[in-house]
Amino acid sequence: MNALRVSRVFPALVVAAVLFGLGGPAGGQGSAQSTLTILSKDGRRALPLNVINDQELVFLDDLASAFQLTVREETLGAFTVAYKGRTILLTPDQPLVSIGGRLVSLPAPPTRSGRRWLVPVEFINRALALVYDARLDLRKTSRLLVVGDLRVPRVTIRYEGGDPARITIDSIPRTNATISQESNSLAIKFDADALEVTVPPVQPQPLVQAIRAVDPVSLAVDLGPRFGAFRASTQPLETSSRLTIDVMSAQTEQQTPVAAAPAPPPPPDLSALGQPVSAIRTVAIDPGHGGQDEGVKGAGGMKEKDLTLAVARRIKAAIESRLGIRVLLTREDDRNVSLEGRAALANNNKADLFISLHANASFRKSAAGASILYAAFDGDAEQTARAPLGSERLPTFGGGLRDVDLVLWDLAQIRHLDRSIGLATILADQFRERIPLSIHPIDRAALGVLESANMPAVLVEMGYLSNPEQEKQMAGAPFQDNVVSAVYDAVLKFRDLLGGGTQ
Amino acid sequence: MMRRVLVIGGFVAITLVLGWVLLVGLPRWYGPSAKKATADAAPSVPVVAGRKIKARLFYVAEDGTRLTGVEREVAYGEGTVEQARRVIEAQIASSAEPLVSAVPPGTKLRALFITERGEAFVDFSTELTAGHSGGSMSELLTVYTIVDALTANLPAVMAVQLLVDGKQIETLAGHVDLRRPLARNLAWVQ
Repeated sequence: MNALRVSRVFPALVVAAVLFGLGGPAGGQGSAQSTLTILSKDGRRALPLNVINDQELVFLDDLASAFQLTVREETLGAFTVAYKGRTILLTPDQPLVSIGGRLVSLPAPPTRSGRRWLVPVEFINRALALVYDARLDLRKTSRLLVVGDLRVPRVTIRYEGGDPARITIDSIPRTNATISQESNSLAIKFDADALEVTVPPVQPQPLVQAIRAVDPVSLAVDLGPRFGAFRASTQPLETSSRLTIDVMSAQTEQQTPVAAAPAPPPPPDLSALGQPVSAIRTVAIDPGHGGQDEGVKGAGGMKEKDLTLAVARRIKAAIESRLGIRVLLTREDDRNVSLEGRAALANNNKADLFISLHANASFRKSAAGASILYAAFDGDAEQTARAPLGSERLPTFGGGLRDVDLVLWDLAQIRHLDRSIGLATILADQFRERIPLSIHPIDRAALGVLESANMPAVLVEMGYLSNPEQEKQMAGAPFQDNVVSAVYDAVLKFRDLLGGGTQ
Repeated sequence: MMRRVLVIGGFVAITLVLGWVLLVGLPRWYGPSAKKATADAAPSVPVVAGRKIKARLFYVAEDGTRLTGVEREVAYGEGTVEQARRVIEAQIASSAEPLVSAVPPGTKLRALFITERGEAFVDFSTELTAGHSGGSMSELLTVYTIVDALTANLPAVMAVQLLVDGKQIETLAGHVDLRRPLARNLAWVQ
């Protein structure tokens, strides 16, 4: 293997300075620039990346020169991209490309900027990868493109101060690492060609002063004056490997029994995951559908959009008057708001909880009962975004550094999933005491409105409007009162659990 | 012209239904093992000459909140793409009681492509969205009828993305995110 040689070629460690969260949706209207880093056996190069309306695009001519492609304008405005006799046909304004008669969808159509063509960055993995000789692995999160069979594990580092101070390093896929002590630091060397890593900022403390990237495949932990000893353990997880390093003072070392070092992964209870939440200040209630989108229509004429708005208003009144928590409605009247827009409103207002209200329908009239849904992500997306990004110190355009919360916009929900499941369980319990529950009271599904919500989020289906009996029930005040009090009590219980659960 | 087509179509449909009632429906309704038969028989598939394969198709379960798998014969197709087309065509064909389909009536298959990564792009006519009743449950049942019909019967298909009228869509009726291919999920099957 020439892997060892390859790693030397890289001029520097790929520190994925993810600028994704900087603009957020509010800043997404204009266009911004960053770069896509291409890693290959020949080294590393950067392509300019344009962000227009939250969509990342690359210049087609840049791609052409990086990958030896021939771009040719065809008739009727279409153009082709050719590589070794294989062609991809693109049509302006069409979010689809054709490859040898096969159709591949893109998240946005190719667009023109002056005389140059821009294509969505997904063009690389969805279209170009199908005609290109080497493997093209696009890591959208880190704006990284790995060409060929390079081993570039995604490495996430978590640091918890104290004595002992704990550094947890997860690598996806599983990657061996060796750790050794050098005068004032610990060197961690990975068996890889390069790393995709974000190094968290560390406040210098007597035990650990800093964590930094040293070379393309190594990290260093700078030790402070009180350092006495360290313990390291590795643990293979399902798709990743975890390296846990405990750094302790001489005093603690004597007190701690040796067997305590390998820490099992924390159980998925509410208090152990994500950043601690001290209290709930804002709750976003999302009345489903609205305007032209009427949602489900019952046989008796009841429209889902009216029911959800009516119940949402009552929940707002109940919670605001009695709990002193601000309730934000994603729509105040009968109009349509996009799914992204609903989550964006909650995110921009820093809501602590998101509850989307809906009424259900089935193809069989017998279906009945309320159910609570939380977001599901297919494995691929989950792996991409599961790593908690937390807060990063990033360079700003004017120079200097700034702490920025990093969030993958359309996968923001992933890191809140455990809390969302907790919220769903509490809601189901509260509903169970008051109104009929479905035989599947809690479900998980890829629901658009929940995916971008950057807080614990669930979707409540109050009952089935396709069931004539339920339609009648749902129109009545007693049913709606029960929904309001169930949501009210669930918010209260969730708040208590979070408040009492943080350590 | 249109009216004549409708009349002839209606006549053919009535004949088929009557034929089915006489040959399959009545014996089943009055037969001793009425319930079990629904899971094994293929009531509405017209007899077509030629090679067949056994495929697992999906319909709405009795409780209306999950799908149920039904083994049926589907026309043989040469190669994965052709076979995928045959499976989808059989899956979206109108079904007769007691089977209830989660695909809105009139939905047609426009095109089907499979990438080298095993992602199938299945393009349907607008009936798929226009004829949809909405509700997250209905939507999930429709989506996973298609996703599971392909992924359960064709090992080469790893994930499925639904398109309508040649375009990527956000959702069918406001719930399930269809901007990405969805992997097989048998949690929606009883």
